[in-house]
Amino acid sequence: MKRWWQRGILVLLLCGAVLLGWRLFVADRLHPANAAQRQAEAAKLRDPALVARGAYLATVGDCAACHTARGGRRYAGGRVLATPFGDLSTPNITPDPDTGIGRLRFADFWRALHQGRGRHGEPLYPVFSYTSFTRVTRDDAWAIFAYLKSLPPVRQPNREPALSFPYNVRSSLLAWRALYFRPGVYRPDPARSAEWNRGAYLVQGLGHCGECHTPRNAWGAMEEKRRLVGGSLPAQEWYAPGLGTQPGGGLAGWSGQDIVDLLKTGESSKGAAFGPMADVVRNSTQYMSDADLRAVATYLRALPARGPAPVPAAFARAAGHVQGGELYAQQCAACHGKQGEGVPGIYPPLDGNGAVTEPSAADAVRSVLLGGFAPTTVGDPRPYSMPPFAQQLSDDEVAAVVNYIRQSWSNRAGAVWPAEVGRLRHTPVD
Amino acid sequence: MRCLLALALLALQPAHAAAPAAVSGTPVPDTLQQRIAACTACHGIHGGGSSGSGFFPRLAGKPAAYLARQLADFQDGLRHYAPMEYTVRGLSPAYLREIADYFAAQQVPYARSPLPSLPARTLQRGEQLVMQGDPARGVPACSRCHGSQLTGVQPDIPGLVGLPCDYISAQLGAWRTHTRATVAPDCMAEVAGRLGPSDITAVAAWLSSRELPADMHAQPAGSVQPPLRCGVLAGNASGT
Ligand code: HEC
Ligand code: HEC
Ligand code: HEC
Ligand code: HEC
Ligand code: HEC
Repeated sequence: MKRWWQRGILVLLLCGAVLLGWRLFVADRLHPANAAQRQAEAAKLRDPALVARGAYLATVGDCAACHTARGGRRYAGGRVLATPFGDLSTPNITPDPDTGIGRLRFADFWRALHQGRGRHGEPLYPVFSYTSFTRVTRDDAWAIFAYLKSLPPVRQPNREPALSFPYNVRSSLLAWRALYFRPGVYRPDPARSAEWNRGAYLVQGLGHCGECHTPRNAWGAMEEKRRLVGGSLPAQEWYAPGLGTQPGGGLAGWSGQDIVDLLKTGESSKGAAFGPMADVVRNSTQYMSDADLRAVATYLRALPARGPAPVPAAFARAAGHVQGGELYAQQCAACHGKQGEGVPGIYPPLDGNGAVTEPSAADAVRSVLLGGFAPTTVGDPRPYSMPPFAQQLSDDEVAAVVNYIRQSWSNRAGAVWPAEVGRLRHTPVD
Repeated sequence: MRCLLALALLALQPAHAAAPAAVSGTPVPDTLQQRIAACTACHGIHGGGSSGSGFFPRLAGKPAAYLARQLADFQDGLRHYAPMEYTVRGLSPAYLREIADYFAAQQVPYARSPLPSLPARTLQRGEQLVMQGDPARGVPACSRCHGSQLTGVQPDIPGLVGLPCDYISAQLGAWRTHTRATVAPDCMAEVAGRLGPSDITAVAAWLSSRELPADMHAQPAGSVQPPLRCGVLAGNASGT
């Protein structure tokens, strides 16, 4: 996981260095403007209707989740994001003139969101999801900008990234961008319904679902051809399952209502949100309008079918199936049901659950180790929870019970080894 | 430093492997207790905590606002214990408050934790620190905030009696290594910072070896005049 990024960036750095001198000269600084232009812009940004629309769109874009430190002021930045090349702290995007975006004009903001370039024209790291946000329309960007400008300014200086050489040299991004980043606003497909197009816009653009749910190639770029078929989160031991509902998709068998339920309440009759997805639901999707949620569901349900996932060679049921079954009966069946059927709205089913059967066992293993609550949402303010088993079960036992749920009922997924459980046990939770 | 290491290790087992009440066919109880199976797996159905070292601390009967504050501190990354941080991260303040109220209302008999055998001198030093403080080091008496009975003060100050020796020394250590903090000014960080390393063992040992008062309830609000300013006490302190 870590290796491919590092190797990739190292090679690309060479090309990047060549481009560096030239690019930095061409890159312009903060957009200058005369007084009249500034006033016209300020007036436009004060429009309450625009600000209100921007508040909604910023929630859909989940900007606050990344731009708020734990326990910190909203949008004041300082959250440290682990990336494969080191830690990066998010910038302050409140309108403080010295430490935030107070002096930025719309053109500068647009350049960040649409082109992934900072206020000095420098290329931004793609941890900032501009590879998706580039599809956001100019009108929506205006609204988001108006909303950010309406926030109370917070004075909080940005922290320098703690990236190791050569990733701390921004120019190493230039070659990567040349290869993998195509700025461009979403272009509706006239052959599809308005609802499908809205869904595509939200999923591919502002909602940036693909940043987690699309696999990344050896250079860490999203593989557009395999959009939303499922992928590992960069630098985190979580796997985001495929979002297709057709046969072979990670959400095979999900109805539109199931998708809407999960995004709105954190739970559905097919599965519950946990780990990073619980954060996405809590901070963002639960507040999406019903129309937008339905549009997302329509788009996901139209994703193409994929052939049935090849049954892994390791499928001859892992040794320990019997032990796993005993553990399941003792520790899990009371909540998830003898047949893995779950209890609707309370305990997710495990039979046919994409988060259980996905190619990686990481999510299932970590669910068992960490337990936890579905997120609190307006639709489900007092969720039920699962006990953590990290202290109670050994690596062998966790592997046995996870293999059992991955290989029972209709589930046919590959086995996990105890050593892998041991590794995941020591993964930081964030 | 360590009070009773062997017991500490033993006590790494969670309090109760709470068998959930739901059995196929019977409806899942619509109770808070059922909802918080994650919490009770470590802290016990009634928040009794694990016996022995108390690695999984007792929650039962602690002041509700204190418990709610701890949950917020885990959420905000002020207090650190990774499994706790993960468990509470997605929960709303209203739900956390309901859970805190549940544990605050539980009544569980106090188990005496094993008594460390330490020289009488150490215990005397502990008693002196707790009841009189040490003006030379600037340490106020613990009782000036935690109450004359050391059973805590409503609504924000926890009791110090009935806590296992290892738990007390671990918490005081955590303030010094910054893995436990709360809203500024963090008066306990101040107090813990002024104690010498052998002082931590002394107070932990003396506190955990004390006979428990008959009434373990926290004293009513306003029964102490804290000598330092504490952010958690929201301005009702005199302050130095
Ligand atoms: C996945 C995390 C993430 C999300 C989601 C995110 N950002 Fe960011 N953002 C970052 C990071 C990290 C940077 C800094 C990148 C760098 O330094 O190269 C950044 C940079 C920026 C900048 C440039 C700031 C400057 O000082 O030049 C702006 C503007 C911005 N983000 C706005 C937004 C908006 C608006 C949204 C929501 C639509 C958003 N971000 C969502 C992580 C995120
Ligand atoms: C920060 C990374 C991230 C982002 C962004 C993200 N997801 Fe997820 N998602 C995950 C992970 C990890 C899982 C697996 C855990 C789980 O099932 O809850 C997941 C699971 C899901 C599930 C399936 C839940 C289940 O039980 O099988 C759905 C549906 C879903 N995501 C939809 C979306 C949509 C729609 C978006 C965009 C609006 C989105 N996700 C954005 C990480 C992400
Ligand atoms: C007290 C009830 C309870 C018990 C016992 C329990 N679980 Fe869970 N489980 C839940 C709840 C509630 C969730 C949803 C948690 C979330 O969304 O974070 C869940 C989620 C899961 C998930 C993730 C699936 C999804 O869609 O969210 C897996 C995998 C899982 N449990 C496996 C197990 C296994 C294996 C055991 C036994 C070792 C077990 N559970 C025991 C209640 C329970
Ligand atoms: C994996 C086991 C585990 C789980 C699950 C867990 N806790 Fe804890 N909890 C602990 C440990 C260990 C500590 C002590 C941490 C320390 O030393 O600072 C703690 C500390 C606390 C404290 C502070 C106690 C005090 O006196 O200062 C509270 C309150 C608390 N937990 C409540 C909860 C609640 C509520 C839940 C469920 C939402 C929960 N815990 C889930 C293990 C757990
Ligand atoms: C100025 C007031 C003040 C003084 C003096 C004080 N404390 Fe505290 N103590 C507090 C407050 C307030 C808390 C709750 C902190 C929080 O909410 O994080 C606390 C919490 C604690 C805890 C954590 C209890 C738990 O259940 O986790 C311990 C242990 C403790 N104090 C020990 C001591 C000792 C030992 C002394 C004397 C050497 C002392 N305190 C002196 C105010 C004080």
